[in-house]
Amino acid sequence: MVDSLQYTPQITLEFPIGEKDFFMAGESASRVKKTLQQLGLKQDIIRRVAIIIYEAAMNVAIHASHGLLTVHIDPESISIQTDDKGVGIPDIELAMREGYSTAPYEAQEMGFGAGMGLPNMKQCSDELSLDTKVGKGTTLKAKVYFISKEHPG
Amino acid sequence: MKLKEVQQILDAEVLCGEDCLEREVTTCFACDLISEMLLYVKPQSLLITSLINAHVIHTAQVMDASGVIFVGGKKPDEGVIRNSAMNNVPLLTTPHPIFECCGLLFTNGIEGDKKNPLGRD
Ligand SMILES: Nc1ncnc2c1ncn2[C@@H]1O[C@H](COP(=O)(O)OP(=O)(O)OP(=O)(O)O)[C@@H](O)[C@H]1O
Ligand SMILES: [Mg+2]
Repeated sequence: MVDSLQYTPQITLEFPIGEKDFFMAGESASRVKKTLQQLGLKQDIIRRVAIIIYEAAMNVAIHASHGLLTVHIDPESISIQTDDKGVGIPDIELAMREGYSTAPYEAQEMGFGAGMGLPNMKQCSDELSLDTKVGKGTTLKAKVYFISKEHPG
Repeated sequence: MKLKEVQQILDAEVLCGEDCLEREVTTCFACDLISEMLLYVKPQSLLITSLINAHVIHTAQVMDASGVIFVGGKKPDEGVIRNSAMNNVPLLTTPHPIFECCGLLFTNGIEGDKKNPLGRD
């Protein structure tokens, strides 16, 4: 197990996510997880990154029309970003609240829409930010450091 | 407890992952919401659900669950089972409804993980 990737080149992975492409969302989390396992990262880091990717990509598939998921691995951290063209988030504070969801019935039927995605992403990341414009789209950025103060061990 | 014992207790049919039945099951989590699974499922825990879509398999795989039990005799379609087999996630289906299923495992000594991930009281 390693704490940093001094000897590994930086890696960027990209996954386009289409509207209602729920499968790709889960698939991207699953593929990144395998890559991180091959790099020999700690299980806890891998779990947190995979959860963030799953939730972030799923939000694009459910709440936006289409977008791009980018995962960047550098020697100190893993950055996860989603950029989508979508409805945007009118009230970020409300969206961050546990249990708040505007997921349509179709998504609820598949087990989404608990309103726990954003709180979960916040919990798993060292840094999380949302940049959103109503009617235009949303950019979400999350970062997980290999050595973190908030998630020791 | 081993997955094999869980199978016996729940009269479950193995849909895939016959070779994974020696896996150890530490805790158990039952729910039908993906985000809650992503919040609560711990490595080696067993996931009990009535959802039978591909997202459950992705979730179980991402969370390192020891396996998935579908309740009420539910079975996902062939594609989902194949995908699960490829990802080493054993799938079992039990005729018991979710409440009986949890009760049976609980009385046989499997517990939930009481740790609250969002740090609420
Ligand atoms: N990319 C996005 N574009 C537009 N709205 C979004 C986006 N991401 C989140 N939201 C809004 O924020 C709300 C809360 O998001 P969150 O991920 O916490 O819950 P959810 O997606 O509704 O349900 P869950 O994630 O538990 O399945 C969403 O219901 C939606 O209204
Ligand atoms: Mg969500």
